[in-house]
Amino acid sequence: MTTQELPFPGLAGVPTKDEPQNRKEYTADQEVRWCPGCGDYAILAAVQGFLPDLGLRRENIVFISGIGCSSRFPYYLDTYGMHSIHGRAPAIATGIATAREDLSVWVVTGDGDALSIGGNHLIHAMRRNVNMTILLFNNRIYGLTKGQYSPTSEPGKITKSTPVGSVDHPFNPVSLALGAEASFVARTIDSDRKHLTAVLSAAAAHRGTSLVEIYQNCPIFNDGAFDAVKENDTKADAIIPLEHGEPIRFGVLGEDGLGTKGIARSASGGVEVVAGDDPNVLVHDAHNPDPTIAFALSRLTDAGVLHQAPIGIFRSVVRPTYDDGARQQVATATAGQEDQAAALAGLINGKDTWTVL
Amino acid sequence: MAKQVQQLDRVIIRFAGDSGDGMQLTGDRFTQESAAFGNDLATFPNFPAEIRAPQGTLPGVSSFQVHFADHDILTAGDAPDVLVAMNPAALKANLHDMKPGTAIIVDSHDFSNRNLIKAGYEGNPLEEEGAGSLAEDYNLSVLDLTGMTVEAVKEFGLSRKDAARAKNMFALGLLSWMYGRPTETTIDFLSARFAKVPDIRDANITAFKAGWNFGETTEAFVVSYEIKPAKMEPGTYRNISGNLALAYGLVASGVQSGLPVFLGTYPITPATDILHELSKHKRFGITTFQAEDEIAGIGAALGASFAGSLGITTTSGPGIALKSETIGLAVMTELPLLIIDVQRGGPSTGLPTKTEQADLLQAMFGRNGESPVPIVAPQSPGDCFAAAIEATRIAVTYRTPVMLLSDGYLANGSEPWSIPDVESLPKIDPDFASATNKTVTDKKGETTEEYWPYLRDEETLARPWAIPGTPGLEHRIGGLEKGDGHGNISYDPANHDFMVRTRQAKVDRIADSLPPLEVEDPSGKAKVLVLGWGSTYGPIGAAARRVRKAGLDVAQVHLRHLNPFPKDLGEILKRYDAVMIPEMNLGQLSLLIRAKFLVDVVGYNQVNGMPLKAAELAEAITDLITATTGDVNASDAGTGTKETVK
Repeated sequence: MTTQELPFPGLAGVPTKDEPQNRKEYTADQEVRWCPGCGDYAILAAVQGFLPDLGLRRENIVFISGIGCSSRFPYYLDTYGMHSIHGRAPAIATGIATAREDLSVWVVTGDGDALSIGGNHLIHAMRRNVNMTILLFNNRIYGLTKGQYSPTSEPGKITKSTPVGSVDHPFNPVSLALGAEASFVARTIDSDRKHLTAVLSAAAAHRGTSLVEIYQNCPIFNDGAFDAVKENDTKADAIIPLEHGEPIRFGVLGEDGLGTKGIARSASGGVEVVAGDDPNVLVHDAHNPDPTIAFALSRLTDAGVLHQAPIGIFRSVVRPTYDDGARQQVATATAGQEDQAAALAGLINGKDTWTVL
Repeated sequence: MAKQVQQLDRVIIRFAGDSGDGMQLTGDRFTQESAAFGNDLATFPNFPAEIRAPQGTLPGVSSFQVHFADHDILTAGDAPDVLVAMNPAALKANLHDMKPGTAIIVDSHDFSNRNLIKAGYEGNPLEEEGAGSLAEDYNLSVLDLTGMTVEAVKEFGLSRKDAARAKNMFALGLLSWMYGRPTETTIDFLSARFAKVPDIRDANITAFKAGWNFGETTEAFVVSYEIKPAKMEPGTYRNISGNLALAYGLVASGVQSGLPVFLGTYPITPATDILHELSKHKRFGITTFQAEDEIAGIGAALGASFAGSLGITTTSGPGIALKSETIGLAVMTELPLLIIDVQRGGPSTGLPTKTEQADLLQAMFGRNGESPVPIVAPQSPGDCFAAAIEATRIAVTYRTPVMLLSDGYLANGSEPWSIPDVESLPKIDPDFASATNKTVTDKKGETTEEYWPYLRDEETLARPWAIPGTPGLEHRIGGLEKGDGHGNISYDPANHDFMVRTRQAKVDRIADSLPPLEVEDPSGKAKVLVLGWGSTYGPIGAAARRVRKAGLDVAQVHLRHLNPFPKDLGEILKRYDAVMIPEMNLGQLSLLIRAKFLVDVVGYNQVNGMPLKAAELAEAITDLITATTGDVNASDAGTGTKETVK
């Protein structure tokens, strides 16, 4: 996992606090109201745990959410926040991030909020590379409306709205993000606190839009959707770990202490599973400006019932951000301009005037 | 030969041609010349929605009407005195507005068989003679404007096509001579506009001068006209369109409030000019964000408001439909937000380039739940400036989204504007929260200082505005119902009822800050009141003058504020025996007035995409006066298209 020193580029304009902070300061006084066993609890705990370590001034952190179970998230953090409307959080966050360089802006969204109703805003935020971190809680189901299939549900899914099985083809959120030219794309798992924290820290450190897909279990409407990547007897074969600079190896450990399976380029131009000791096993390069391999890796994720998925940072590249560019234009235009009233008078008078005495 | 100069008090000229003929530019230059000369004026550009409609066809006709006078005028005029038609389609499309005896100047160059057929003419109307012909019914001048232009600019070696394109400047030169317009502004303009292409610049200037000289030397025109400068209130004036005045009003709103302006928007006719204009003024700390759609535009604007900017979104009716949910969020989160709706013909895509006032009820009620939004409307192009500042005052003072309803007629029309002194503009205080506002005592009697985002100002009922970055005031807001005061989520039935009523009461309280209405009733004896809002101010005012000139009494009131209504409106309405509400819709203000005040108003409704015509409205007002006062000399009722509803 990439580690970066403070101040992170992504948070360069955000004021820091010298005194240590703790979880309690970041915990709001509102009672948390998710279902017992919901994966959201683990994510909240991880965020409340690592935010103080970022060393930012708490008043300069803003969490924006849309609608859905996960979107209650801001109420439970004692920062600034807005629980907005369905799908629009990236748009609202774009305004905040562009208006204020000194804020650390976070978006909390779900698979329905981000990929169904809010798909347009999501792709355009990533295209523009607005400086924000998007936590996409993917439970592959609609929870708040009580169990309809979502745009990430597997084909054939039996739900209340698809009693004989869904005929919808799902999105792969990582593929979508890479297609939208996101500069930081990662995937992690709600129950792996350590990995979750590391990925979120790297996402916050990144300047531009960071999209983090979090596999999140819904114990009520889609329990066990991610068991393959969580259960001890299956996860070695299910998780394809992506570590920048490391060979992509997975499966049960071999004699060299690494997985007995590996990922290599395939003849078709994509990637494929090969033996772990195959000399062609790819060394993961998250900083590769060409997104082709990252995209190919994203396709290793099962579209149906999940048995295999790459986990980690697919892509982390530097490219100009919309908000920095927009602010720079304004800063250039306003530099040295002081007398607003005189300038306004000049503007409204224009060039062609006449005077009546 | 010596030419006569005839005095006129006012003239209405309509320049009409193909979309590519440069009629908007021609009209605009004539307007600037008239403004520089000191006439009062009003303009009405009218153009197709298609960028380049098929050449020579009726749908491709673009026109620009300018009304200029030696006295104060209120509208761009009902019917032109002079029509300049650059091709058969322009003649055919505009002839129905010309009264017999008026002047028509036609460029005969394009009256080929092919073009005549395209325009739907069976023969050449310019060649007809006798009863019912153009030559008989009108003061017709048939000139080969294009041919003369090409001849005049041949020294520049342009292609025939490029040379012919200067024909609009030839026409402008001719009309400028005819009405004694000063030429310097146009020559300066052309010099600047085509500075990088000297051939084109010189050809246009030459064509313009050639047109002028043609008027002066030819025997085709024996009379030129003089329209003296208008007597206007002292001040410095400029010509300004509604969209430009609105954009300047938004710039001024930022300066007067000290807030950075953030415009989140998506291009849409006829509001796009405001985006273009504000994009030029980053020097005032203005950020313009062209979003992926209407929803993102207002979303980003609301986000910026949350972060302490003056969030603004600009759109037209279809965009408002898309933004409705976010407007509701702004109502719930009680954040300042300006929503500019430059209305156009609807429903759906409707008539993008035409005007209408049919979004009033959408502005008023177009959201789920009880979702009150203040509404202000400018009454003339120049008034858009003040209306924008007033909308900002309300938004910032009361922490609320505010709807500003302009329309296509205001947006593209122009008038001389008395430029305000910046010192005289109102200051708007954002009054950001900087400290905790509530002492909370727990069961043990221990107290803590907290920030309650929904603890209200007693006078305005506005909530405090604490922006991110303010230590100790961290809080969460959102679309779920808020508990009174603390603002945490509340599903309590009594609280919801209270909050719904409080949000309404907050908007109602804005009325406390409004000045009394101005009633225009010169004789003080009127029994009939004409009530209007928005861009109908000009036609209503002009109609009222006609009625008074005919010896009848009528009162006029025009509303700047549609929600809440001014406090004295109800009492004023009850003073009159009859109230007429002219609107470019099927009676939306009428509905609101009837519902609110139980006054049986008479509607005068026209929804044809065009401004109201003063003469027709005057007739309807006269009818109502005669009916109300029992005068037996009642004239005929309004025409079939203008429905008078009682």
